[in-house]
Amino acid sequence: MTRHKLKTAAMAIRFFLFFSLLFVSINPTFSLYEDQVGLMDWHHKYIGKVKQAVFQTQKAGRKRVVVSTEENVIASLDLRRGEIFWRHVLGNNDVIDAIDITLGKYVITLSSAGSVVRAWNLPDGQMIWESSLQGSTPSKPFLYVPVNLKIDRDNIIIVFGNGCLHAISSIDGAVLWTKSFASEGSDIQEVLQLLDSDIIYAVGFVGSSKFVTYQINAKNGEVVKQSNVDFHGGFSGELSFVSSDYLVALDSTRSILVSISFRDGKTSLHQIHISDLVEGFSGMASIVPSKLTDILAIKVSSLILFLRVTGGGKLEFVDNISYPSAVSDTLSFLEGQEAFALAQLSGSKVHLTVKLNNDWNSDLLKESIKIDHQRGLVEKVFINSYIRTDKSHGFRALIVMEDHSLLLLQQGEIVWSREDGLASIIDTNTAELPFEKEGVSVAKVEHNLFEWLRGHILKLKGTLMLASPDDIVAIQGMRLKSSEKNKMTRDHNGFRKLLLVLTKAGKLYALHTGDGRVVWSLLLPSLRRSDTCENPAGLNLYQWQVPHHHALDENPSVLVVGRCGTDSDAPGVLSFVDSYTGKELNTLSLSHSIAQVIPLPFTDSTEQRLHLIIDAGRQAYLYPRTPEAIGIFEPERPNMYSYSVDEEKNIIKGYALEHHCNKASDGYCFKTKELWSIIFPSESEKIIASVTRKSNEVVHAQVKVIADQDVMYKYISKTLLFVATVSPKAAGEIGSATPEESWLVVYLIDSITGRILHRVTHHGSQGPVHAVFSENWVVYHYFNLRAHRYEMSVIEIYDQSRADNKDVWKLILGKHNLTTPTSSYSRPEVVVKSQSYFFTHSVKTMAVTSTAKGITSKQLLIGTIGDQVLALDKRFVDPRRSINPTQSEKEEGLIPLTDTLQIIPQSYVTHSIQVEGLRGIVTIPAKLESTSLVFSYGVDLFLTRVAPSRTYDSLTEDFSYALLLLTIGALIAAIFVTWILSEKKELREKWR
Amino acid sequence: MANKTKKNLEIRISHYSITIFFLIIISLIISSSSSSPSSAFQSDELLLDDDEFGLEGGRGGGGVRTPIDLEYINNNPLQTPSTSNPTVRKRSSSSSSDHDLDSKVQFVLEHAFGTSDSEFVPAGTFTARLKTWSHGGQTLTKLRFSRNALTEAEKEKFEKLLKDDDFYRIRLPSNVVSPPGKDYVISSVKARCLIRDNLDEHFVIHTDGVNILGVNYGSPGACEYPRLLKLPRKWVFNSYTLLKSSEQAPRAPAFTEDIVLGETVEGEILNPPERSFWAKYWMYLIPLGLIVMNGFTQAMNLPEEQAGQPNSQTQQSTSQGSAVRRR
Repeated sequence: MTRHKLKTAAMAIRFFLFFSLLFVSINPTFSLYEDQVGLMDWHHKYIGKVKQAVFQTQKAGRKRVVVSTEENVIASLDLRRGEIFWRHVLGNNDVIDAIDITLGKYVITLSSAGSVVRAWNLPDGQMIWESSLQGSTPSKPFLYVPVNLKIDRDNIIIVFGNGCLHAISSIDGAVLWTKSFASEGSDIQEVLQLLDSDIIYAVGFVGSSKFVTYQINAKNGEVVKQSNVDFHGGFSGELSFVSSDYLVALDSTRSILVSISFRDGKTSLHQIHISDLVEGFSGMASIVPSKLTDILAIKVSSLILFLRVTGGGKLEFVDNISYPSAVSDTLSFLEGQEAFALAQLSGSKVHLTVKLNNDWNSDLLKESIKIDHQRGLVEKVFINSYIRTDKSHGFRALIVMEDHSLLLLQQGEIVWSREDGLASIIDTNTAELPFEKEGVSVAKVEHNLFEWLRGHILKLKGTLMLASPDDIVAIQGMRLKSSEKNKMTRDHNGFRKLLLVLTKAGKLYALHTGDGRVVWSLLLPSLRRSDTCENPAGLNLYQWQVPHHHALDENPSVLVVGRCGTDSDAPGVLSFVDSYTGKELNTLSLSHSIAQVIPLPFTDSTEQRLHLIIDAGRQAYLYPRTPEAIGIFEPERPNMYSYSVDEEKNIIKGYALEHHCNKASDGYCFKTKELWSIIFPSESEKIIASVTRKSNEVVHAQVKVIADQDVMYKYISKTLLFVATVSPKAAGEIGSATPEESWLVVYLIDSITGRILHRVTHHGSQGPVHAVFSENWVVYHYFNLRAHRYEMSVIEIYDQSRADNKDVWKLILGKHNLTTPTSSYSRPEVVVKSQSYFFTHSVKTMAVTSTAKGITSKQLLIGTIGDQVLALDKRFVDPRRSINPTQSEKEEGLIPLTDTLQIIPQSYVTHSIQVEGLRGIVTIPAKLESTSLVFSYGVDLFLTRVAPSRTYDSLTEDFSYALLLLTIGALIAAIFVTWILSEKKELREKWR
Repeated sequence: MANKTKKNLEIRISHYSITIFFLIIISLIISSSSSSPSSAFQSDELLLDDDEFGLEGGRGGGGVRTPIDLEYINNNPLQTPSTSNPTVRKRSSSSSSDHDLDSKVQFVLEHAFGTSDSEFVPAGTFTARLKTWSHGGQTLTKLRFSRNALTEAEKEKFEKLLKDDDFYRIRLPSNVVSPPGKDYVISSVKARCLIRDNLDEHFVIHTDGVNILGVNYGSPGACEYPRLLKLPRKWVFNSYTLLKSSEQAPRAPAFTEDIVLGETVEGEILNPPERSFWAKYWMYLIPLGLIVMNGFTQAMNLPEEQAGQPNSQTQQSTSQGSAVRRR
């Protein structure tokens, strides 16, 4: 018995060893050495558009500002340089509502609509405590940190969320008391504390017309006093505290200000018509959400009005400024002195004004700072005061611009700026760099030659282990900033490119792939808010014009597609941008909407690519609108098809293009006609994912050579569509459905004819489904409820109709059907192979490497939940894997089947780096066949090179040519020496 | 020399044809066995006047195959589909003939000529048996199809389609129980693809219970790309129909017992365990012994000529031996 056990154990060990050996030997995955980090990859950290900023400068050695952003990042930034001390990315479903600092050392965040409060240690960002708050009714959450309110020497934090007011201990996050307002239906808007008392005031609305004030004992949460006031006009819900016992609300018509004073528990209302204060007022007003004291700012059409409160509850008009400008909160900087800042863009300068609250006419600070005009308007301003060397008070301002960038202004200068718009990339594209100009000066060459030699001698020293520590540092520095990779010209290997990225702010950046620096940026005028276009949004980037390599003096250009508004039927906007200079060449405001953009495989004589834009009403429009384009397009029109996936109605439809549409005047408009439809029964299936092949993918081999010298023909069709549906119950989160009532069905559909080529059901599985489609295979990732694990499946499709072409005689006599055009209308004869494996990680996004010629084997790039990118060889997801591969299969490199996909730590292309908030992975083929660039983006950006089959076609970058030369030289010398020696010896022999 | 290569080539070709033959047999076995677990699949079809494609409906879910393959199926003695699992089950279920559970449904095929003409008119009727399972699910089986003859006007329209190389469109209700349903599934084909001698059409209806997800409509075979204008000899449709429901995905592969199985096999291949210590490590022991001997001889202070000679010889032989071994 024991012997048997031992034997099995020994076998298991042997088996394990065999496998580990196997993995080591066959594992060509990308991995690098420690000193190679940063050589061909770069990682940039961003935080996103700042929502709120809190300064911490008193009594702190390192001056810092804590910010929360729209990308749900909380970060502590160095005030001197703008670098990130620490940051945390909260999930997408954990939106940060408010931040504050308490006890001078904890950062408090309120998130998830007022249900989670966390405290972070200010110096290092460690989480101190977290508490989740219960509540029933959703409401506008807020956070209030009273200045000097203590319960048992413990500072408390007041949080309102989900209809309840909570007091929380700032030391350990314990909930001290909770007062629910849900039963009374009151919606608390603000809380404030009267100085030196334990009473806090909570004010809010009940319904739309009742204003309610609670006086609450801060020690125990008991309501001491409550008073209601009815206002028959109704409130709009906006209010602003002007002083500790006086607030102003806006009525429902937004034309009357209601001032409310609640001195000594008595509440009284006054109505003030805005038209009484301001001459010629009409329309709607809104209260600027800045916390000011003694002054009220309201926005009226294109103006911001400042109103001052005078004694007796009267308001008085002070001044107005034109609207696109930002107002900061009030900052108290001296005993009793309070100030606020105004920031406004005019021309290419930002005007920053800091004013005292009680004295409008004098400015504490007035600065004009010249600013890059691609940053747009000032959206937000936060101020902070400091004591100058001459003991007077200075002010610094943190401003958030329209392009989401963050700047610190001090002493009339930009101290630092952060391009945080890059944290919210929508789409990416690439452009080749221009060729190197000829005629480089001789001096430069000599300098380069010297540098080159010096570099190589250093490298040689490094290789021969002769280098001193200083030399090693020099070598490392040289490798890292190697000017070679940052040049603005095209390189032989195609590693240097321009990455064009479109961000949520409507700004287009060109990043250099060498080091990720911004080459140029353009805030697209057509995607900026204007009177005609209220809510513009960028959608996609397309290659518009790629000059032929005979016309190198021309610049390539990209097409930016956007729409005016959030609905899918909002009118579209097109913008054409030069890829080298970043100038907008042309812009078009479309009369139709944009539902789909199809880049066509045709270009006109100026190398502009033809694009077909399909609107929400399924009419197709051809761009560019030239007669030449029509001339190219019209003969191909009968072979043009499109399809639409309607995820709400669970219908997939295919269309053909018909003649000109009903608007007879428009010759560039085409009707679409429904050709096919697939209707998923809504009671059993719901579409959750659809994936196609990348249109620019290159496939090198049409066949797959398998063991025994046999071949299988890949079914390669650009029109295949992968669709995944789940049962409606399983469409929610994992765990919301039982295995019996959840299933996942995947389809392979030909999008020309609507033919379902393959359909398979995974019972007991559910989404989310992430899939990649490449060549003739699909890999998809989903959750298996029965096994409680994630799974990955692969489907490969092979063409049987060409399988007969294996006969040599047929090939010799030309009786094969390999050159006949294939039609989608032929009945396809396909064979489908599939296999499933368990996979440890949940996946955020998936992509596949693509190379210039498609020869190199592929790797799946998996964005894991830990924000890393894992490169998994396609060979691990090969449906031909079997438990016992035959000898010939082993020779072919088939890996024995395992139930789980192994994750080898070295195969993380992001090595130790996390690409926070990972959202997308893009692969760009380099000119070198073995290599492709991988750009992954989220809140951070990361770019690296991967070589799935290793760099078989080039020497590594740190290859020491000097050593090679030296060796050759030494060999030649040795040959000569031995030759001479042998000659001499021969001579001596002869003389003997 | 040339002769030899020719012979080689012949051998290779015969080798090829043999392997292809075997592959076909193997693929047939695989496909017949792979169709067996797809118990969800029910296929039946109506055979109209043409017997050429007789076996088509009877095939399992292994995918569509050409008529050439079918000949192989007919000739192949290995192919015994009647013993495979689903057919038996189907047969037993149909022979048990629980008629009260089954009901007949009819649904109408409608067609339209050209994309500009959106008028769909009835073109034929599908009849199927609706089988209600004990667990409440319903499936369609035994599909029959009868097509209405084309009227003169329709023939004219069809001829026009052929001339314009336009689409012939058909549609089916998406739910067969409540025929007008909420929607129709549509499919189209270039009319010229249907023309053989007569009009050949092929339906693959993808069902899920009583719902029709989609219908693949087209010619039964290939449709050559430069579609030439050809008129049918007879205006009669040869219809082939196939019902398809979803296949079950194979389960994630290996579980513990499989691994144990795989392991033992691996172990056998790697090294038969019954080998003596000497058999395993002789290649290390011999040089070791030589070195020891060498050391001895030197320690004994023997004359160099006597010790060196045999030493080098044995070393040579052992290195050869180990080289062979390594290969």
